[in-house]
Amino acid sequence: MAQASTAQCDIAHFSEDEPLPLDSGAMLAPYSIAYQTYGTLNADKSNAVVVCHALTGDQYVVGTHPVTGKPGWWATMVGPGKPVDTDRYFVICPNIIGGCMGSTGPASLNPRTNRVYGLDFPVITIRDMVRAQARLIERLGIDSLFCVIGGSMGGMQVLEWAASYGDKVFCAVPIASAPRHSSQNIAFHEVGRQAVMADPDWRGGRYLDEGVLPRKGLSVARMAAHITYLSSKALHEKFGRKLQDRETLTFGFDADFQVESYLRYQGSTFVDRFDANSYLYITRAMDYFDLAADHGGTLANAFADIKTRFCVISFTSDWLYPTRDSREIVRALNSVAANVSFVEIESDKGHDAFLLDEPELFGTVSGFLNAAAARRGIAPAPARILASA
Amino acid sequence: MRALNTIPLVPARVDHLLIAEMVTRGARVLDIGCGDGELLSLLEVNRDVDGRGIELSQSNVNLCVARGLSVIQGDADRDLVHFPDKSFDYAILSQTLQATRHPRHVLEQLLRIGRHAIVSFPNFGHWRIRLQFLMHGRMPVTPNLPESWHETQNIHYCTIKDFLALSEAVDAKVERTVALNAYGKRMGLNLPLAWHNLIGEQAVFLLTRNGTE
Repeated sequence: MAQASTAQCDIAHFSEDEPLPLDSGAMLAPYSIAYQTYGTLNADKSNAVVVCHALTGDQYVVGTHPVTGKPGWWATMVGPGKPVDTDRYFVICPNIIGGCMGSTGPASLNPRTNRVYGLDFPVITIRDMVRAQARLIERLGIDSLFCVIGGSMGGMQVLEWAASYGDKVFCAVPIASAPRHSSQNIAFHEVGRQAVMADPDWRGGRYLDEGVLPRKGLSVARMAAHITYLSSKALHEKFGRKLQDRETLTFGFDADFQVESYLRYQGSTFVDRFDANSYLYITRAMDYFDLAADHGGTLANAFADIKTRFCVISFTSDWLYPTRDSREIVRALNSVAANVSFVEIESDKGHDAFLLDEPELFGTVSGFLNAAAARRGIAPAPARILASA
Repeated sequence: MRALNTIPLVPARVDHLLIAEMVTRGARVLDIGCGDGELLSLLEVNRDVDGRGIELSQSNVNLCVARGLSVIQGDADRDLVHFPDKSFDYAILSQTLQATRHPRHVLEQLLRIGRHAIVSFPNFGHWRIRLQFLMHGRMPVTPNLPESWHETQNIHYCTIKDFLALSEAVDAKVERTVALNAYGKRMGLNLPLAWHNLIGEQAVFLLTRNGTE
């Protein structure tokens, strides 16, 4: 089946005859994967890079986002002359299945009922997301990837790519990620899900049928999650105890503090671009992620005999997926003598540092990718022509 | 054909060249205490090795990875236990042994991880050190070991003879020894050990575990 193309992104459709087996035992068919590509696939198809997005990310890595009108979520990392240089590499970013930006998810139409899936959508895992991406890569006629890179949940997909399709991944860059979701991680996600489900407008997941949206619930979920993406220091430096458009406390429950106003804004803009049920499904997939458990309880087993070159990156102030999680990955890779680099970057920006302007992150990624690309024989980017005055 | 970002412009250190000479082309190498990656770069460029490094200083690690080297942050005393047996052709400890907390444990780990171990260290038996100690009764400070006792990271100095004794204690076979004099020139092979220990400022040892190869 051919790829349909819209003005915004490409969509690969997989028919009833090509079902996607899921970890739950269910089959997903038909299904679609929306994706964006940047750069050009070279003649020997050796320069493909898959960028895996995080929980609330999507395929719009670079360029203007069609819904928010803001720059793509990783425009600092990906693009011409950027560490993931689109003049050199062919970058593919798929929207995960279960997502809500064009790939099949709980807001898609269920062909069996002719209604929106809602909670009839099967529960998916990180491995299911990666399995679907592997189908897409195959559809695109690419046998092996130069690199899989991503942060946070994107990093989990990177690890899953390496564990499930190690022979198809030349190098892997999991950033600010973890080999499993911790009890604390699950706890925060549960707060978010309960907030969504407690909203009367959630309607047992059938809100789209009834023409409403659980705006308040999803907004609170986003607010709670947003706190976990920042460090205490970053919050303090940005807001302190500063008041919002007022001189004194109001002795009420308005957003007196700037931090309150900021979180409310983050929550309210999120609901305009994200499906509440998708939020439930994707957080669930992350909670279920435990790469060691999937491999007999030993993380190293996930990487036995792997040839992939790894570059594991963490940030000092990330308390959501702290450095010790990355170290656990590194230790497992060492124990199978895999080729691994590990960099912990000093930053006070918390988990979100992977999305921000962190020069040491860019230096690390470009150095690692350049050396790996040279080993794979990928031609350097053509010299950029400097515009003369 | 390695497109490393930085090819060292300064002449390589003599002990590094000596180590490079001991390493066979294309070997798998682990450099423990790899610093800013100078030796690893040299080995990748000159010997085409599949090289990896462990380094204590995070800023050095980040520098190495940005140079395109495979390096992790780690500690020779603590982190070598995670590597499987014989996972490298050479485990190299260059000018680091004297800074480890448990040199014997580290040496045993090197011999377990590598088919060969290469160890280089400053020789505390050098005549200038002996003379300073004898004349002044204070911990020696020399051009080769320029930091005073309270500033140095070096907590376990040894002499060439001491290292030979340790090698024997851990059942290692010495395949090659090279001592360098104060001018960085390698000393004649025919000189007796006592002379190496007296005039050698640095030593490089190539070892294997007895009973293997």
